Amino acid sequence: MTAGSAVASTTSILLGEVAVGYDDRPVLEHVNLTLESGALTAVVGPNGGGKSTLLKLIAGLLKPWSGSVTVLGAAPGVHARSVAYVPQAESVDWSFPVCAADVVMMGRYPRLGPVRRPGPRDHAAVAAALDQVGMGEFARRQIGALSGGQRRRVFLARALASEPQLYLLDEPVTGVDAATQEDLMRVLDIEARAGKTVIASTHDLASAAEHFRSIVAVNRTIVAQGDASLVLDTDVLLRTYGGHLLFVGDRAVLIDDAHHHDEAAGGEIHHHDDADTSQGRRP
Amino acid sequence: MTLLTEPLAYEFFLRALAASAIVGLVCAVVGTYMVLRGLAFMGDALSHAAFPGVVAAYILGAPFYLGATIAAVGTALAIGWITRRGRLRGDTTIGVLFAGMFAFGVFLFSTIPNYVGDLFGFLFGEILGISATDLLALAILGFAVLAIVGLLWKELLYSTFDPLGAGASGLPVAALEYLFLGLIAMTIVISLQAVGIILVVAMLVTPAATAQLVTDRFSRLLLVASAIGIVAPAIGLYISYWTNTASAALIVLVETAAFLGALLLGPRTGLLRRRRRPRDVTV
Repeated sequence: MTAGSAVASTTSILLGEVAVGYDDRPVLEHVNLTLESGALTAVVGPNGGGKSTLLKLIAGLLKPWSGSVTVLGAAPGVHARSVAYVPQAESVDWSFPVCAADVVMMGRYPRLGPVRRPGPRDHAAVAAALDQVGMGEFARRQIGALSGGQRRRVFLARALASEPQLYLLDEPVTGVDAATQEDLMRVLDIEARAGKTVIASTHDLASAAEHFRSIVAVNRTIVAQGDASLVLDTDVLLRTYGGHLLFVGDRAVLIDDAHHHDEAAGGEIHHHDDADTSQGRRP
Repeated sequence: MTLLTEPLAYEFFLRALAASAIVGLVCAVVGTYMVLRGLAFMGDALSHAAFPGVVAAYILGAPFYLGATIAAVGTALAIGWITRRGRLRGDTTIGVLFAGMFAFGVFLFSTIPNYVGDLFGFLFGEILGISATDLLALAILGFAVLAIVGLLWKELLYSTFDPLGAGASGLPVAALEYLFLGLIAMTIVISLQAVGIILVVAMLVTPAATAQLVTDRFSRLLLVASAIGIVAPAIGLYISYWTNTASAALIVLVETAAFLGALLLGPRTGLLRRRRRPRDVTV
Protein backbone atom coordinates (compact mmCIF):
# COMPACT_ATOMS: atom_id res chain seq x y z
CA MET A 1 0.00 0.00 0.00
CA THR A 2 3.01 2.31 0.33
CA ALA A 3 3.77 4.69 -2.48
CA GLY A 4 5.67 3.14 -5.35
CA SER A 5 5.18 -0.43 -4.28
CA ALA A 6 3.35 -2.98 -6.37
CA VAL A 7 -0.33 -3.58 -5.73
CA ALA A 8 -0.74 -5.10 -2.30
CA SER A 9 -0.90 -8.83 -2.64
CA THR A 10 -3.72 -10.66 -0.89
CA THR A 11 -4.98 -14.19 -1.04
CA SER A 12 -7.38 -14.46 -3.96
CA ILE A 13 -8.11 -18.18 -4.09
CA LEU A 14 -7.91 -20.57 -1.17
CA LEU A 15 -8.89 -24.22 -1.55
CA GLY A 16 -8.59 -26.63 1.37
CA GLU A 17 -8.98 -30.40 0.96
CA VAL A 18 -11.61 -29.96 -1.73
CA ALA A 19 -13.29 -32.88 -3.46
CA VAL A 20 -15.56 -32.23 -6.44
CA GLY A 21 -17.03 -34.15 -9.36
CA TYR A 22 -20.11 -34.81 -11.48
CA ASP A 23 -23.02 -36.94 -10.28
CA ASP A 24 -21.30 -39.66 -8.24
CA ARG A 25 -17.99 -39.61 -10.11
CA PRO A 26 -15.18 -37.69 -8.41
CA VAL A 27 -12.90 -35.65 -10.68
CA LEU A 28 -10.70 -33.83 -8.18
CA GLU A 29 -9.84 -34.85 -4.62
CA HIS A 30 -7.63 -33.49 -1.85
CA VAL A 31 -7.20 -30.19 -3.66
CA ASN A 32 -5.17 -27.65 -1.69
CA LEU A 33 -4.34 -24.46 -3.51
CA THR A 34 -3.49 -20.88 -2.62
CA LEU A 35 -3.23 -18.13 -5.23
CA GLU A 36 -2.42 -14.50 -4.54
CA SER A 37 -4.07 -11.61 -6.32
CA GLY A 38 -1.91 -10.56 -9.24
CA ALA A 39 -1.20 -14.18 -10.12
CA LEU A 40 -0.92 -15.10 -13.79
CA THR A 41 -1.41 -18.83 -13.51
CA ALA A 42 -1.68 -21.61 -16.08
CA VAL A 43 -3.52 -24.79 -15.17
CA VAL A 44 -1.97 -27.69 -17.09
CA GLY A 45 -2.70 -31.39 -17.12
CA PRO A 46 -4.04 -34.21 -19.26
CA ASN A 47 -7.54 -34.40 -20.73
CA GLY A 48 -9.92 -35.54 -18.04
CA GLY A 49 -7.43 -34.54 -15.36
CA GLY A 50 -9.77 -31.86 -14.01
CA LYS A 51 -8.54 -28.56 -15.45
CA SER A 52 -12.01 -27.38 -16.47
CA THR A 53 -13.48 -28.78 -13.27
CA LEU A 54 -11.03 -26.73 -11.19
CA LEU A 55 -12.01 -23.55 -13.05
CA LYS A 56 -15.73 -24.28 -12.67
CA LEU A 57 -15.26 -24.95 -8.97
CA ILE A 58 -13.59 -21.57 -8.47
CA ALA A 59 -16.23 -19.92 -10.67
CA GLY A 60 -18.94 -21.26 -8.35
CA LEU A 61 -20.47 -23.30 -11.20
CA LEU A 62 -19.81 -26.55 -9.32
CA LYS A 63 -20.42 -27.06 -5.63
CA PRO A 64 -17.61 -28.79 -3.74
CA TRP A 65 -18.52 -32.16 -2.25
CA SER A 66 -16.28 -31.46 0.71
CA GLY A 67 -13.54 -29.09 1.79
CA SER A 68 -13.46 -25.32 1.84
CA VAL A 69 -13.44 -22.90 -1.08
CA THR A 70 -12.69 -19.21 -0.65
CA VAL A 71 -12.80 -16.91 -3.68
CA LEU A 72 -11.91 -13.21 -3.32
CA GLY A 73 -12.23 -13.54 0.44
CA ALA A 74 -15.65 -15.16 0.56
CA ALA A 75 -17.59 -18.24 -0.49
CA PRO A 76 -17.87 -18.75 -4.28
CA GLY A 77 -20.66 -16.65 -5.75
CA VAL A 78 -20.56 -13.92 -3.10
CA HIS A 79 -18.37 -11.72 -5.29
CA ALA A 80 -19.66 -13.21 -8.54
CA ARG A 81 -19.84 -9.84 -10.27
CA SER A 82 -16.07 -9.59 -9.86
CA VAL A 83 -15.57 -12.91 -11.63
CA ALA A 84 -15.26 -13.26 -15.40
CA TYR A 85 -15.48 -16.80 -16.75
CA VAL A 86 -14.72 -17.57 -20.37
CA PRO A 87 -15.94 -21.02 -21.47
CA GLN A 88 -14.26 -23.30 -23.95
CA ALA A 89 -14.94 -22.27 -27.53
CA GLU A 90 -16.83 -25.44 -28.35
CA SER A 91 -19.43 -24.93 -25.63
CA VAL A 92 -20.67 -21.78 -27.39
CA ASP A 93 -23.44 -21.69 -30.00
CA TRP A 94 -21.73 -19.61 -32.71
CA SER A 95 -24.88 -19.33 -34.79
CA PHE A 96 -26.52 -17.30 -32.00
CA PRO A 97 -27.91 -14.03 -33.39
CA VAL A 98 -25.51 -11.60 -31.70
CA CYS A 99 -22.63 -9.49 -32.98
CA ALA A 100 -19.25 -9.03 -31.29
CA ALA A 101 -20.36 -5.88 -29.45
CA ASP A 102 -23.51 -7.65 -28.18
CA VAL A 103 -21.39 -10.41 -26.66
CA VAL A 104 -19.06 -7.91 -24.99
CA MET A 105 -22.05 -5.96 -23.67
CA MET A 106 -23.24 -9.12 -21.90
CA GLY A 107 -20.23 -8.66 -19.62
CA ARG A 108 -21.92 -5.47 -18.38
CA TYR A 109 -25.33 -7.09 -17.70
CA PRO A 110 -24.65 -8.52 -14.22
CA ARG A 111 -23.53 -5.17 -12.85
CA LEU A 112 -26.48 -3.40 -14.48
CA GLY A 113 -28.99 -5.67 -12.83
CA PRO A 114 -32.57 -6.13 -14.08
CA VAL A 115 -34.57 -3.15 -15.36
CA ARG A 116 -31.59 -0.90 -16.16
CA ARG A 117 -30.63 -0.68 -19.80
CA PRO A 118 -27.03 -0.27 -20.95
CA GLY A 119 -26.07 3.42 -20.89
CA PRO A 120 -23.28 5.55 -22.41
CA ARG A 121 -20.76 4.29 -19.85
CA ASP A 122 -21.50 0.70 -20.81
CA HIS A 123 -21.19 1.41 -24.52
CA ALA A 124 -17.88 3.18 -23.86
CA ALA A 125 -16.62 0.22 -21.83
CA VAL A 126 -17.60 -2.18 -24.63
CA ALA A 127 -15.82 -0.08 -27.27
CA ALA A 128 -12.71 0.20 -25.08
CA ALA A 129 -12.64 -3.54 -24.42
CA LEU A 130 -12.98 -4.35 -28.13
CA ASP A 131 -10.14 -1.94 -28.92
CA GLN A 132 -7.98 -3.53 -26.24
CA VAL A 133 -8.19 -6.89 -28.01
CA GLY A 134 -7.88 -5.36 -31.48
CA MET A 135 -11.48 -6.06 -32.49
CA GLY A 136 -12.81 -2.50 -32.72
CA GLU A 137 -13.53 -2.73 -36.43
CA PHE A 138 -15.42 -6.01 -36.08
CA ALA A 139 -17.88 -4.76 -33.44
CA ARG A 140 -20.94 -5.19 -35.68
CA ARG A 141 -19.99 -8.56 -37.14
CA GLN A 142 -22.08 -11.63 -36.28
CA ILE A 143 -20.00 -13.93 -34.09
CA GLY A 144 -20.41 -16.88 -36.46
CA ALA A 145 -18.68 -14.86 -39.18
CA LEU A 146 -15.55 -14.38 -37.03
CA SER A 147 -12.47 -16.61 -37.18
CA GLY A 148 -11.54 -18.81 -34.23
CA GLY A 149 -8.92 -16.37 -33.00
CA GLN A 150 -11.29 -13.42 -33.33
CA ARG A 151 -13.92 -15.27 -31.32
CA ARG A 152 -11.45 -15.78 -28.47
CA ARG A 153 -10.58 -12.08 -28.63
CA VAL A 154 -14.27 -11.14 -28.34
CA PHE A 155 -14.75 -13.36 -25.30
CA LEU A 156 -11.69 -11.85 -23.62
CA ALA A 157 -13.16 -8.42 -24.39
CA ARG A 158 -16.37 -9.49 -22.65
CA ALA A 159 -14.32 -10.42 -19.59
CA LEU A 160 -12.50 -7.07 -19.69
CA ALA A 161 -15.77 -5.15 -20.01
CA SER A 162 -17.08 -6.73 -16.82
CA GLU A 163 -14.14 -5.16 -14.92
CA PRO A 164 -13.48 -8.27 -12.82
CA GLN A 165 -11.00 -8.99 -10.05
CA LEU A 166 -10.69 -12.60 -11.16
CA TYR A 167 -10.36 -13.99 -14.69
CA LEU A 168 -11.11 -17.68 -15.24
CA LEU A 169 -10.41 -18.75 -18.81
CA ASP A 170 -10.96 -22.27 -20.10
CA GLU A 171 -8.49 -22.91 -22.94
CA PRO A 172 -8.33 -19.26 -24.06
CA VAL A 173 -5.48 -19.75 -26.53
CA THR A 174 -5.98 -23.37 -27.60
CA GLY A 175 -5.53 -23.67 -31.32
CA VAL A 176 -5.43 -19.94 -32.04
CA ASP A 177 -2.80 -18.37 -34.26
CA ALA A 178 0.45 -17.11 -32.74
CA ALA A 179 -0.41 -13.43 -33.19
CA THR A 180 -3.70 -13.84 -31.32
CA GLN A 181 -1.98 -15.80 -28.59
CA GLU A 182 0.61 -13.05 -28.12
CA ASP A 183 -2.06 -10.32 -28.11
CA LEU A 184 -4.34 -12.08 -25.64
CA MET A 185 -1.49 -12.94 -23.29
CA ARG A 186 -0.23 -9.34 -23.38
CA VAL A 187 -3.68 -8.13 -22.27
CA LEU A 188 -3.88 -10.74 -19.50
CA ASP A 189 -0.36 -9.86 -18.35
CA ILE A 190 -1.34 -6.21 -17.98
CA GLU A 191 -4.44 -7.19 -16.00
CA ALA A 192 -2.40 -9.39 -13.66
CA ARG A 193 0.14 -6.62 -13.12
CA ALA A 194 -2.77 -4.38 -12.12
CA GLY A 195 -3.53 -6.81 -9.30
CA LYS A 196 -6.21 -8.93 -10.97
CA THR A 197 -5.97 -12.70 -10.61
CA VAL A 198 -5.74 -14.54 -13.92
CA ILE A 199 -6.17 -18.32 -14.13
CA ALA A 200 -6.26 -20.07 -17.50
CA SER A 201 -6.25 -23.72 -18.42
CA THR A 202 -4.10 -24.73 -21.36
CA HIS A 203 -2.97 -27.80 -23.26
CA ASP A 204 0.09 -26.01 -24.49
CA LEU A 205 3.02 -26.51 -22.11
CA ALA A 206 5.35 -24.32 -24.15
CA SER A 207 2.83 -21.49 -24.02
CA ALA A 208 2.33 -22.05 -20.30
CA ALA A 209 6.06 -21.76 -19.65
CA GLU A 210 6.46 -18.75 -21.89
CA HIS A 211 3.44 -16.63 -20.99
CA PHE A 212 2.48 -17.42 -17.41
CA ARG A 213 4.28 -16.62 -14.19
CA SER A 214 3.06 -19.60 -12.24
CA ILE A 215 1.83 -23.05 -13.11
CA VAL A 216 -0.50 -25.48 -11.43
CA ALA A 217 -0.26 -29.08 -12.69
CA VAL A 218 -3.52 -30.98 -12.26
CA ASN A 219 -4.32 -34.65 -12.58
CA ARG A 220 -7.09 -35.82 -10.22
CA THR A 221 -5.49 -33.50 -7.65
CA ILE A 222 -2.89 -30.74 -7.58
CA VAL A 223 0.25 -32.59 -8.66
CA ALA A 224 2.55 -29.62 -8.39
CA GLN A 225 2.52 -25.85 -8.14
CA GLY A 226 5.40 -23.54 -8.94
CA ASP A 227 6.91 -21.08 -11.37
CA ALA A 228 7.19 -21.53 -15.11
CA SER A 229 10.20 -23.86 -14.85
CA LEU A 230 7.81 -26.46 -13.44
CA VAL A 231 6.90 -27.70 -16.90
CA LEU A 232 10.55 -28.52 -17.53
CA ASP A 233 10.71 -30.78 -14.49
CA THR A 234 10.62 -34.35 -15.79
CA ASP A 235 9.39 -35.73 -12.50
CA VAL A 236 6.44 -33.35 -12.41
CA LEU A 237 5.61 -34.07 -16.02
CA LEU A 238 5.69 -37.78 -15.37
CA ARG A 239 3.35 -37.47 -12.41
CA THR A 240 1.01 -35.17 -14.34
CA TYR A 241 0.86 -36.90 -17.69
CA GLY A 242 1.92 -40.46 -16.86
CA GLY A 243 2.09 -42.64 -19.95
CA HIS A 244 1.62 -39.76 -22.36
CA LEU A 245 5.30 -38.86 -22.06
CA LEU A 246 7.91 -39.99 -24.51
CA PHE A 247 11.50 -39.71 -23.41
CA VAL A 248 13.97 -38.62 -26.04
CA GLY A 249 17.39 -38.70 -24.43
CA ASP A 250 16.91 -36.78 -21.21
CA ARG A 251 14.09 -34.65 -22.55
CA ALA A 252 10.44 -35.51 -22.10
CA VAL A 253 8.11 -35.05 -25.02
CA LEU A 254 4.37 -34.87 -24.47
CA ILE A 255 2.45 -36.88 -26.99
CA ASP A 256 -1.16 -37.26 -27.95
CA ASP A 257 -2.56 -34.43 -25.93
CA ALA A 258 -2.49 -31.42 -28.20
CA HIS A 259 -5.94 -30.16 -29.01
CA HIS A 260 -6.62 -27.96 -31.96
CA HIS A 261 -10.18 -26.75 -32.00
CA ASP A 262 -9.70 -23.46 -33.69
CA GLU A 263 -11.39 -24.20 -36.97
CA ALA A 264 -14.01 -26.52 -35.56
CA ALA A 265 -17.42 -25.80 -37.01
CA GLY A 266 -20.22 -24.83 -34.69
CA GLY A 267 -22.19 -28.00 -35.07
CA GLU A 268 -19.20 -30.25 -34.79
CA ILE A 269 -19.06 -32.27 -31.62
CA HIS A 270 -15.77 -32.67 -29.87
CA HIS A 271 -15.45 -35.42 -27.42
CA HIS A 272 -13.84 -34.47 -24.16
CA ASP A 273 -13.09 -36.71 -21.28
CA ASP A 274 -13.35 -33.64 -19.14
CA ALA A 275 -16.85 -34.66 -18.17
CA ASP A 276 -18.46 -31.42 -19.17
CA THR A 277 -19.69 -32.13 -22.67
CA SER A 278 -22.91 -33.55 -21.29
CA GLN A 279 -23.77 -30.29 -19.66
CA GLY A 280 -22.42 -28.07 -22.43
CA ARG A 281 -25.27 -25.69 -23.11
CA ARG A 282 -27.28 -26.24 -20.00
CA PRO A 283 -25.42 -26.77 -16.76
CA MET B 1 -62.91 -1.25 -49.17
CA THR B 2 -66.03 -2.63 -47.59
CA LEU B 3 -64.32 -6.00 -47.73
CA LEU B 4 -61.99 -4.77 -44.97
CA THR B 5 -64.42 -2.65 -42.98
CA GLU B 6 -67.50 -4.86 -43.12
CA PRO B 7 -66.37 -7.41 -40.47
CA LEU B 8 -65.28 -4.56 -38.18
CA ALA B 9 -68.96 -3.85 -37.55
CA TYR B 10 -69.16 -7.06 -35.57
CA GLU B 11 -68.03 -6.93 -31.98
CA PHE B 12 -66.98 -10.58 -32.01
CA PHE B 13 -64.62 -9.85 -34.90
CA LEU B 14 -63.07 -6.87 -33.11
CA ARG B 15 -62.57 -8.96 -29.98
CA ALA B 16 -60.97 -11.70 -32.07
CA LEU B 17 -58.63 -9.18 -33.73
CA ALA B 18 -57.55 -7.78 -30.36
CA ALA B 19 -57.14 -11.22 -28.80
CA SER B 20 -55.15 -12.61 -31.71
CA ALA B 21 -52.85 -9.57 -31.79
CA ILE B 22 -52.08 -9.96 -28.07
CA VAL B 23 -51.59 -13.70 -28.37
CA GLY B 24 -49.45 -13.27 -31.49
CA LEU B 25 -47.20 -10.69 -29.84
CA VAL B 26 -46.71 -12.63 -26.59
CA CYS B 27 -46.08 -15.87 -28.49
CA ALA B 28 -43.56 -14.18 -30.78
CA VAL B 29 -41.56 -12.66 -27.91
CA VAL B 30 -41.51 -15.79 -25.74
CA GLY B 31 -41.06 -17.95 -28.84
CA THR B 32 -37.92 -16.05 -29.87
CA TYR B 33 -36.19 -16.97 -26.61
CA MET B 34 -37.66 -20.46 -26.83
CA VAL B 35 -36.20 -21.10 -30.28
CA LEU B 36 -32.79 -19.73 -29.23
CA ARG B 37 -32.82 -22.03 -26.20
CA GLY B 38 -33.62 -25.03 -28.39
CA LEU B 39 -36.95 -25.53 -26.61
CA ALA B 40 -39.29 -25.60 -29.63
CA PHE B 41 -40.48 -29.11 -28.71
CA MET B 42 -41.24 -27.86 -25.19
CA GLY B 43 -43.99 -25.60 -26.55
CA ASP B 44 -45.77 -28.54 -28.12
CA ALA B 45 -45.38 -30.60 -24.96
CA LEU B 46 -46.75 -27.94 -22.61
CA SER B 47 -49.76 -27.17 -24.75
CA HIS B 48 -50.75 -30.85 -24.75
CA ALA B 49 -49.99 -31.06 -21.04
CA ALA B 50 -52.51 -28.28 -20.41
CA PHE B 51 -55.35 -30.44 -21.78
CA PRO B 52 -56.04 -32.48 -18.60
CA GLY B 53 -56.12 -29.19 -16.68
CA VAL B 54 -58.73 -27.78 -19.03
CA VAL B 55 -60.88 -30.93 -18.82
CA ALA B 56 -60.55 -31.13 -15.03
CA ALA B 57 -61.55 -27.48 -14.72
CA TYR B 58 -64.59 -28.19 -16.91
CA ILE B 59 -65.63 -31.16 -14.78
CA LEU B 60 -65.17 -29.21 -11.53
CA GLY B 61 -66.79 -26.08 -12.90
CA ALA B 62 -63.61 -24.07 -12.30
CA PRO B 63 -62.28 -21.41 -14.70
CA PHE B 64 -60.30 -23.07 -17.50
CA TYR B 65 -57.42 -20.60 -17.07
CA LEU B 66 -56.81 -21.99 -13.60
CA GLY B 67 -56.80 -25.64 -14.66
CA ALA B 68 -54.65 -25.03 -17.74
CA THR B 69 -52.15 -22.94 -15.78
CA ILE B 70 -51.74 -25.51 -13.01
CA ALA B 71 -51.29 -28.38 -15.49
CA ALA B 72 -48.91 -26.53 -17.83
CA VAL B 73 -46.77 -24.84 -15.16
CA GLY B 74 -46.65 -28.05 -13.14
CA THR B 75 -45.50 -30.03 -16.17
CA ALA B 76 -42.93 -27.37 -17.09
CA LEU B 77 -41.38 -27.45 -13.63
CA ALA B 78 -41.51 -31.26 -13.56
CA ILE B 79 -39.68 -31.45 -16.89
CA GLY B 80 -37.00 -29.07 -15.60
CA TRP B 81 -36.61 -30.96 -12.35
CA ILE B 82 -36.56 -34.47 -13.82
CA THR B 83 -34.07 -33.46 -16.51
CA ARG B 84 -31.73 -31.92 -13.95
CA ARG B 85 -32.00 -34.73 -11.44
CA GLY B 86 -32.66 -37.80 -13.54
CA ARG B 87 -29.69 -37.50 -15.89
CA LEU B 88 -32.08 -37.80 -18.82
CA ARG B 89 -31.92 -35.75 -21.97
CA GLY B 90 -34.47 -32.94 -22.01
CA ASP B 91 -36.30 -34.26 -25.08
CA THR B 92 -36.67 -37.68 -23.44
CA THR B 93 -38.35 -36.22 -20.36
CA ILE B 94 -40.52 -33.99 -22.52
CA GLY B 95 -41.61 -36.97 -24.63
CA VAL B 96 -42.67 -38.99 -21.61
CA LEU B 97 -44.57 -36.24 -19.77
CA PHE B 98 -46.13 -34.78 -22.93
CA ALA B 99 -47.75 -38.08 -23.92
CA GLY B 100 -48.63 -39.01 -20.35
CA MET B 101 -50.38 -35.75 -19.58
CA PHE B 102 -52.30 -35.71 -22.87
CA ALA B 103 -53.41 -39.31 -22.29
CA PHE B 104 -54.64 -38.29 -18.85
CA GLY B 105 -56.60 -35.48 -20.47
CA VAL B 106 -58.19 -37.86 -22.99
CA PHE B 107 -59.04 -40.25 -20.14
CA LEU B 108 -60.72 -37.47 -18.13
CA PHE B 109 -62.54 -36.35 -21.26
CA SER B 110 -63.91 -39.85 -21.81
CA THR B 111 -65.38 -39.91 -18.30
CA ILE B 112 -67.72 -37.04 -19.19
CA PRO B 113 -71.00 -38.77 -20.03
CA ASN B 114 -72.40 -36.38 -22.65
CA TYR B 115 -70.68 -35.04 -25.72
CA VAL B 116 -69.31 -31.58 -24.98
CA GLY B 117 -68.56 -29.51 -28.02
CA ASP B 118 -66.84 -26.58 -26.41
CA LEU B 119 -63.93 -28.67 -25.16
CA PHE B 120 -63.07 -29.24 -28.79
CA GLY B 121 -62.56 -25.51 -28.93
CA PHE B 122 -59.48 -25.99 -26.81
CA LEU B 123 -58.10 -28.53 -29.24
CA PHE B 124 -58.63 -26.45 -32.37
CA GLY B 125 -59.27 -22.94 -31.09
CA GLU B 126 -62.35 -20.73 -31.30
CA ILE B 127 -61.12 -17.19 -31.24
CA LEU B 128 -64.25 -15.83 -32.91
CA GLY B 129 -66.20 -16.95 -29.86
CA ILE B 130 -64.02 -15.21 -27.27
CA SER B 131 -66.01 -13.31 -24.63
CA ALA B 132 -65.24 -9.84 -23.30
CA THR B 133 -64.27 -11.34 -19.94
CA ASP B 134 -61.90 -13.83 -21.55
CA LEU B 135 -60.36 -11.03 -23.61
CA LEU B 136 -59.71 -9.02 -20.46
CA ALA B 137 -58.10 -12.00 -18.69
CA LEU B 138 -56.01 -12.68 -21.78
CA ALA B 139 -54.86 -9.05 -21.95
CA ILE B 140 -53.86 -9.00 -18.27
CA LEU B 141 -51.95 -12.28 -18.44
CA GLY B 142 -50.32 -11.30 -21.72
CA PHE B 143 -49.20 -8.00 -20.26
CA ALA B 144 -47.78 -9.82 -17.22
CA VAL B 145 -45.69 -12.13 -19.42
CA LEU B 146 -44.42 -9.22 -21.54
CA ALA B 147 -43.61 -7.21 -18.41
CA ILE B 148 -41.49 -10.03 -16.97
CA VAL B 149 -39.59 -10.45 -20.25
CA GLY B 150 -39.20 -6.66 -20.46
CA LEU B 151 -37.70 -6.64 -16.98
CA LEU B 152 -35.32 -9.55 -17.51
CA TRP B 153 -34.59 -9.54 -21.26
CA LYS B 154 -30.83 -9.04 -20.70
CA GLU B 155 -30.57 -11.77 -18.09
CA LEU B 156 -32.60 -14.19 -20.20
CA LEU B 157 -30.45 -13.42 -23.24
CA TYR B 158 -27.12 -13.87 -21.43
CA SER B 159 -28.16 -17.08 -19.69
CA THR B 160 -29.44 -18.45 -23.00
CA PHE B 161 -26.27 -17.63 -24.91
CA ASP B 162 -23.67 -18.59 -22.31
CA PRO B 163 -25.11 -20.18 -19.16
CA LEU B 164 -21.63 -20.85 -17.74
CA GLY B 165 -20.35 -17.30 -18.16
CA ALA B 166 -23.65 -15.86 -16.94
CA GLY B 167 -23.72 -18.17 -13.91
CA ALA B 168 -20.13 -17.42 -12.93
CA SER B 169 -20.81 -13.67 -12.99
CA GLY B 170 -23.73 -14.03 -10.63
CA LEU B 171 -26.88 -14.47 -12.73
CA PRO B 172 -29.24 -17.07 -11.19
CA VAL B 173 -29.19 -19.29 -14.28
CA ALA B 174 -31.22 -22.17 -12.84
CA ALA B 175 -33.90 -19.83 -11.47
CA LEU B 176 -34.07 -18.02 -14.82
CA GLU B 177 -34.57 -21.34 -16.59
CA TYR B 178 -37.47 -22.30 -14.33
CA LEU B 179 -38.92 -18.81 -14.70
CA PHE B 180 -38.71 -19.10 -18.46
CA LEU B 181 -40.43 -22.49 -18.45
CA GLY B 182 -43.16 -20.85 -16.39
CA LEU B 183 -43.44 -18.05 -18.97
CA ILE B 184 -43.83 -20.61 -21.78
CA ALA B 185 -46.60 -22.30 -19.79
CA MET B 186 -48.38 -18.97 -19.20
CA THR B 187 -48.08 -18.07 -22.87
CA ILE B 188 -49.63 -21.36 -23.87
CA VAL B 189 -52.52 -20.91 -21.48
CA ILE B 190 -53.44 -17.54 -22.95
CA SER B 191 -53.08 -18.92 -26.48
CA LEU B 192 -55.32 -21.94 -25.98
CA GLN B 193 -58.59 -20.22 -26.81
CA ALA B 194 -57.17 -18.50 -29.85
CA VAL B 195 -55.48 -21.32 -31.72
CA GLY B 196 -56.03 -24.42 -29.61
CA ILE B 197 -53.69 -27.01 -28.18
CA ILE B 198 -52.68 -28.55 -31.49
CA LEU B 199 -51.60 -25.35 -33.23
CA VAL B 200 -50.19 -23.20 -30.44
CA VAL B 201 -46.66 -24.44 -31.09
CA ALA B 202 -46.82 -22.78 -34.51
CA MET B 203 -47.64 -19.41 -32.94
CA LEU B 204 -44.58 -19.80 -30.70
CA VAL B 205 -42.05 -21.14 -33.15
CA THR B 206 -42.96 -19.91 -36.63
CA PRO B 207 -42.54 -16.11 -36.18
CA ALA B 208 -39.13 -16.58 -34.50
CA ALA B 209 -38.03 -19.10 -37.11
CA THR B 210 -39.10 -16.75 -39.88
CA ALA B 211 -37.20 -13.87 -38.28
CA GLN B 212 -34.08 -16.03 -38.00
CA LEU B 213 -34.09 -16.43 -41.76
CA VAL B 214 -34.15 -12.67 -42.26
CA THR B 215 -31.77 -11.28 -39.63
CA ASP B 216 -28.90 -12.33 -37.38
CA ARG B 217 -29.24 -9.63 -34.73
CA PHE B 218 -31.22 -10.38 -31.59
CA SER B 219 -33.00 -7.01 -31.35
CA ARG B 220 -34.19 -7.23 -34.99
CA LEU B 221 -35.15 -10.85 -34.44
CA LEU B 222 -37.54 -9.74 -31.68
CA LEU B 223 -38.94 -6.93 -33.84
CA VAL B 224 -39.50 -9.06 -36.95
CA ALA B 225 -41.03 -11.92 -34.94
CA SER B 226 -43.33 -9.49 -33.10
CA ALA B 227 -44.44 -7.85 -36.33
CA ILE B 228 -45.30 -11.26 -37.81
CA GLY B 229 -47.00 -12.25 -34.58
CA ILE B 230 -49.29 -9.20 -34.68
CA VAL B 231 -50.00 -8.91 -38.41
CA ALA B 232 -50.36 -12.56 -39.45
CA PRO B 233 -53.35 -13.33 -37.17
CA ALA B 234 -55.23 -10.27 -38.50
CA ILE B 235 -54.73 -11.43 -42.10
CA GLY B 236 -55.73 -14.95 -41.10
CA LEU B 237 -58.89 -13.73 -39.40
CA TYR B 238 -60.00 -11.74 -42.46
CA ILE B 239 -59.44 -14.68 -44.79
CA SER B 240 -61.29 -16.89 -42.33
CA TYR B 241 -64.20 -14.41 -42.29
CA TRP B 242 -64.40 -14.04 -46.06
CA THR B 243 -64.14 -17.76 -46.78
CA ASN B 244 -66.01 -18.94 -43.69
CA THR B 245 -63.22 -21.35 -42.71
CA ALA B 246 -61.42 -22.31 -39.51
CA SER B 247 -59.80 -19.18 -38.00
CA ALA B 248 -57.02 -20.85 -36.02
CA ALA B 249 -55.90 -22.85 -39.03
CA LEU B 250 -55.76 -19.72 -41.18
CA ILE B 251 -53.75 -17.78 -38.60
CA VAL B 252 -51.17 -20.57 -38.57
CA LEU B 253 -51.28 -20.92 -42.36
CA VAL B 254 -50.55 -17.20 -42.84
CA GLU B 255 -47.56 -17.47 -40.47
CA THR B 256 -46.37 -20.55 -42.32
CA ALA B 257 -46.70 -18.68 -45.59
CA ALA B 258 -44.54 -15.89 -44.13
CA PHE B 259 -41.94 -18.49 -43.20
CA LEU B 260 -41.93 -19.95 -46.70
CA GLY B 261 -41.68 -16.46 -48.15
CA ALA B 262 -38.65 -15.72 -45.97
CA LEU B 263 -37.15 -19.02 -46.99
CA LEU B 264 -37.48 -18.08 -50.65
CA LEU B 265 -36.34 -14.47 -50.29
CA GLY B 266 -34.12 -14.44 -47.19
CA PRO B 267 -30.43 -13.46 -47.41
CA ARG B 268 -29.10 -16.89 -46.47
CA THR B 269 -31.61 -19.26 -48.01
CA GLY B 270 -33.12 -17.11 -50.75
CA LEU B 271 -33.21 -18.73 -54.16
CA LEU B 272 -33.25 -15.31 -55.79
CA ARG B 273 -30.04 -14.16 -54.15
CA ARG B 274 -28.13 -17.35 -54.31
CA ARG B 275 -26.13 -16.31 -57.35
CA ARG B 276 -25.23 -12.87 -56.01
CA ARG B 277 -22.24 -13.80 -53.88
CA PRO B 278 -20.93 -16.71 -51.92
CA ARG B 279 -21.73 -15.70 -48.37
CA ASP B 280 -19.07 -15.43 -45.70
CA VAL B 281 -18.43 -18.88 -44.40
CA THR B 282 -20.45 -19.03 -41.21
CA VAL B 283 -21.14 -21.86 -38.89
